Amino acid sequence: MKLVFDHPKSLKDTPSHFCPGCHHGLIQRLVAEAIDHYELQDTCIGVASVGCSVFMYNYFDVDVVEAPHGRAPAVATGVKRVHPDKIVFSIQGDGDLAAIGTAEIIHTANRGENITIIFVNNTTYGMTGGQMAPTTLLGQVTTTSPYGRDFQQDGYPIRMAEMLATLEGSAYVARVAVDKPANLMKAKKSIREAFRMQKEGMGFSFVEVLSSCPTDWKMSPGDACKRVEEEMIPYFPLGVYKEREIADHL
Amino acid sequence: MKRKLVKGNEAVAMGAMDAGCKYYFGYPITPQNEIPEYLSQELPKIGGVFLQAESEIAAINMVLGAGASGVRAMTSSSSPGISLKQEGISYMAGSEVPGVIVNISRSSPGLGGISASQGDYWQAVKGGGHGDYHVIVLAPDSVQELYALTARAFDYADIYRNPVMVLGDAVLGQMKEPLLRELPPPMELPPKDWALTGRKGGRPQNVIKSLYLDDGELEKHIWKLVEKYERVKKETVLYETKEIEDADLILVAFGTAARICKTSQKMARDLGLRVGLIRPISLYPFPEEVLRSTSETTKKYLVVELNAGQMLEDVRLAVGPGAEVSFHGRPCGAGSLPKPNEILEKIKSVYGSFPKPTDMERGNSHETRV
Ligand SMILES: Cc1ncc(C[n+]2csc(CCOP(=O)(O)OP(=O)(O)O)c2C)c(N)n1
Ligand code: SF4
Ligand SMILES: [Mg+2]
Repeated sequence: MKLVFDHPKSLKDTPSHFCPGCHHGLIQRLVAEAIDHYELQDTCIGVASVGCSVFMYNYFDVDVVEAPHGRAPAVATGVKRVHPDKIVFSIQGDGDLAAIGTAEIIHTANRGENITIIFVNNTTYGMTGGQMAPTTLLGQVTTTSPYGRDFQQDGYPIRMAEMLATLEGSAYVARVAVDKPANLMKAKKSIREAFRMQKEGMGFSFVEVLSSCPTDWKMSPGDACKRVEEEMIPYFPLGVYKEREIADHL
Repeated sequence: MKRKLVKGNEAVAMGAMDAGCKYYFGYPITPQNEIPEYLSQELPKIGGVFLQAESEIAAINMVLGAGASGVRAMTSSSSPGISLKQEGISYMAGSEVPGVIVNISRSSPGLGGISASQGDYWQAVKGGGHGDYHVIVLAPDSVQELYALTARAFDYADIYRNPVMVLGDAVLGQMKEPLLRELPPPMELPPKDWALTGRKGGRPQNVIKSLYLDDGELEKHIWKLVEKYERVKKETVLYETKEIEDADLILVAFGTAARICKTSQKMARDLGLRVGLIRPISLYPFPEEVLRSTSETTKKYLVVELNAGQMLEDVRLAVGPGAEVSFHGRPCGAGSLPKPNEILEKIKSVYGSFPKPTDMERGNSHETRV
């Protein structure tokens, strides 16, 4: 018999705290698969961000340090500068990365810090109960945009992948989704690619994953996937925005 | 070894390097720029890392990451920048990550000014960031001490797995004095088996965190930290005294204020006044015991600070009942450093009106805030 599906080695066999239908769990699994693929479990160090991704250390069986809200890229920088031979990664939400941590992510990318950031864009502050995020779509109702996000009041949803792709330090920037099998396969490839880039010392690698938050969107998991496809992807186009062929220092 | 004329800020950088710190993260701010400037030149030569961060917030979080990775790491800044670092310092204390923070403080609040002040005392010793924690705070009063205490700060950070702050000021950072580049005696350091290294050889994962959500978990963690602070209080109290044995009045001052007070104390002795001096060197832990024990014989204290009265509160708490604590404060901006004579005048006025012990109330007498 051939084994076609197994639990990733770098993920512990622990029940997760994620809500049913949440994409965080799927994304975590894809990251673990990439770690396993390159056999990085014993050389990799995770940085837990603040958001629904914070319990990373309960799931990933790797060394982990917890960062303050938004500061994961700075903490990861400190780790990587001490351990340039280790693989350093973080999974950050959109409030964490695109609001409070905007300065940290931009400058970490701009320094070409050789780390990997997986960006979970679910257009809301999941952990704190569904407030407006910088990525919240126009018209989207959240607990702090009860009349729907209005650009005159709140500005526009921010496109991080496009912005980071303009920075010379970025080696790999992609946006993916995990709403259906075809997209999931592409996401898996992109996340793996991001880790490969780091392994080969190419510079900053970044994968934005359009994700569902069925709980705070007040939707069934199925409808949430549909929303990713119908509302998010048109505003946040999928694709690879930057792909470095050879490292700058080579 | 020969003494060399060195600027205070450079002495900090030298102390750090001699203590084996190879990782510096910082953001420019006056009056401490010679620290990053020196290290940007010297660290690359020894395979170290100098990184100019995008902000003080980023810098302290880089220290958190580096410290968590098991190396000696530091940042430096001045008052407004230290405010920005408070979040990271709280996380370091909460997740027990060692690291050294140097504050070459300037006058505040707000943008304030770039001259010396001791207005950051409360922020440094009472926590500064959120939560139930302490930072060990060391206050040098010379270039030699800037060097030695910065080096020692790394030992304390490693021994107690806690952030340690060196609190200087613009005068100390900018002045030049002869420096003997000799480290304090080595201390025994515990192994860093908790550090992030990747699960070398498949050892169980190391997790460094401050989030505790299960019932009772956080309280247990805090009590563990408190136990550590109790150990710190027993083991790291540092202070200097001058002629306190027969003193009718004891000056209490730290850092630059203490330097000025040393001159005033001598002037007072020359006039025949029995005046002594206590200079807290560790501000946390505060040298309570020496204050308490002297107040069995000394009934008058004069606290002198370059602020509107901060350490004053700790002195009042430490001295025994019946002791009278007066205060002379100059919350400095440019041009308002007190002169030794000014403090001498204050000594005379406090010394002269020696009230009967029974009339004495603790605190609130003879306060001048110039
Ligand atoms: C300094 C600070 N501000 C605010 C918070 C509260 N907080 C926790 S998680 C979070 C936002 C989480 O949203 P996001 O980053 O999008 O992650 P998600 O849960 O949606 O994956 C906020 C605001 C905090 N922990 N720290
Ligand atoms: S709140 Fe939203 S993002 Fe967080 S676990 Fe639940 S569904 Fe996922
Ligand atoms: Mg979110």
